[in-house]
Amino acid sequence: MTSLLATVAIPDLLVFLLGALLCLVGAVSILTVKNPVHAALSLVMTLFGIAVLFIELQADFLAAVQIIVYAGAIVVLFLFVIMFLGVDREEDLAVEPIVGQRPLAAVLITALMASIVALGLVGHFEVGPATQTGMLHGGAGNVADLGRSVFTTYLFAFEATAGLLIIAVVGAVVLARRNNPDDHVAESQVEELA
Amino acid sequence: MTAADPLFSGSGLTLAVFLIVLIKVVVAFAVLMGAVTMMIWFERKAISDMQSRIGPNRVGPWGLLQTLADGIKLFFKEDLIPAESDRFVFKLAPYLVVVPAFLIFAVIPVGGMVTIAHHTFQLQVADPPMGILLVLACSGIAVYGVMLAGWASGSKYPLMSSVRASAQMVSYEAALGMNVVTVLLLCNSLSTRDIVNAQGGAFWHWNLIRTGIVPFVLFLIAATAELNRPPFDVVEADSELVGGFNTEYSSIRFALFYLAEFMNTITMSAVMVTLFFGGPAGPIPNIPHLRWVFPILWFTAKVVAFCFMYIWFRAALPRMRYDQLMDLGWKKLIPLSLAWMLLVAAAIISWRWALVALAAVVLGWSGLTWAFELGAERELADDAVLPTIGQRPLPGWELRHITDGDEDWEMDESDEDADSDEEVEA
Repeated sequence: MTSLLATVAIPDLLVFLLGALLCLVGAVSILTVKNPVHAALSLVMTLFGIAVLFIELQADFLAAVQIIVYAGAIVVLFLFVIMFLGVDREEDLAVEPIVGQRPLAAVLITALMASIVALGLVGHFEVGPATQTGMLHGGAGNVADLGRSVFTTYLFAFEATAGLLIIAVVGAVVLARRNNPDDHVAESQVEELA
Repeated sequence: MTAADPLFSGSGLTLAVFLIVLIKVVVAFAVLMGAVTMMIWFERKAISDMQSRIGPNRVGPWGLLQTLADGIKLFFKEDLIPAESDRFVFKLAPYLVVVPAFLIFAVIPVGGMVTIAHHTFQLQVADPPMGILLVLACSGIAVYGVMLAGWASGSKYPLMSSVRASAQMVSYEAALGMNVVTVLLLCNSLSTRDIVNAQGGAFWHWNLIRTGIVPFVLFLIAATAELNRPPFDVVEADSELVGGFNTEYSSIRFALFYLAEFMNTITMSAVMVTLFFGGPAGPIPNIPHLRWVFPILWFTAKVVAFCFMYIWFRAALPRMRYDQLMDLGWKKLIPLSLAWMLLVAAAIISWRWALVALAAVVLGWSGLTWAFELGAERELADDAVLPTIGQRPLPGWELRHITDGDEDWEMDESDEDADSDEEVEA
């Protein structure tokens, strides 16, 4: 550990600590705040922390996408739903919706963290800032590298994901908007207005 | 690939380098603030000319200091926080709008290279490798300010405004991003400096021409919607929503929203100049010691032209209805951007692929048109699981039939005159 700290430059360390702090504070407050809108904002804070960590790893493109897609679109939709369905009331955190949910969650998280630590000990993962773990392969820049691997090595996974998303969207539309030809909503409304 | 700022290529972070960066930040901030006050004055003056009014003419020569006077007045007004509001979020929201507006300008190249005290540097606050994505990220964050301001006010109309804002800005961000991709295909870099350098030389090197004008038009429409400016200002539709998301705001917090709105107009104009109009590119006369001034002048002239165009939009175009806005975004802009991106990408490879892409686009277009025709005929079932968001009272064709066909049916069409004044007068 001391050898790792010795090789890390002070600015790198500060940026990492800032990112980690943002992530952790955000994550903890998602669980503890009572208002769903505040929880969504805490999620944004966590996502920002992750973006900072990505920048620290010289993965600029991922950092930008993290903000654009997750913070800029997905959480906005969360908030949209929270506001539109009017569920933005404070909740009583003492009530446990499913009995035994919380102890189970604690056990599972402990198992997950233990397995990550175990993997880190057994496997040969490079950790630390990019100056230590080396640049991205090829060095042609984030976008070119990512694009090349997504459209060659991982093409099947990429296309499968695209298909899955399309299916989800079509499914949502079919569920939410059923067609009923016998129903003349429009005409009855015209009569009312006239 | 990415030509970094030569300022940092020397011997690390010395005091001189640090000072230059600091000066760049301070100057950019000051110039932007000054530009915003001028922009507000310019908009009020230009709009009043177009509406045969005089406009501000009391404070300073030609009313130039009116914005300053308004700012001082707002600063000393009472700061109200509604009882029903969420206090923390209510206070946070204005900053979420203002900070991204400032940040976007940091990546805009405003001039060429300048050498001071043996340090050569770019006239641009920052040139990160992800450059143009920062613009998209910032406009993504600005949505939060508008949304949360409306929600935290604890009031009905601001909430409706913020729901509209979130849907509108997220929809148009997709079209915005897609047209940026078309530009990136030609420039091979995300850095704004590289994008500008790739368009050096005469005007036929500009991306406007190279991408075939269509992406620029689409980007312009999407950017106007992203800015919530007329004709896409359903978020602040005075006649329906009182004042929109900022109804409950007063004093300096209101001033921050106002500031951000005009600053976003300037920065979005600057982004368009950077992406499509070569940024600071333009002819430079050979005058010793003054050559560095001309790129800045060109850049400023282009940005002012765009700012004027936005003002003109506001005076000339009536506000769109909310469902028209959504139809335009999802059914026209996004497919068109996608199609053009495909064509440009194929044309870069070879003309054969361009023909294949053209065939694919025509096929996709006719399929989509067919699907839209089919969808327009359908009626919503009463037992749909959820009411559709922003549900319109009548299907579009029915509305058109009523408004265009029958004379005794009166739709309220007075929106266009009402909206343009109110805010400027505020």
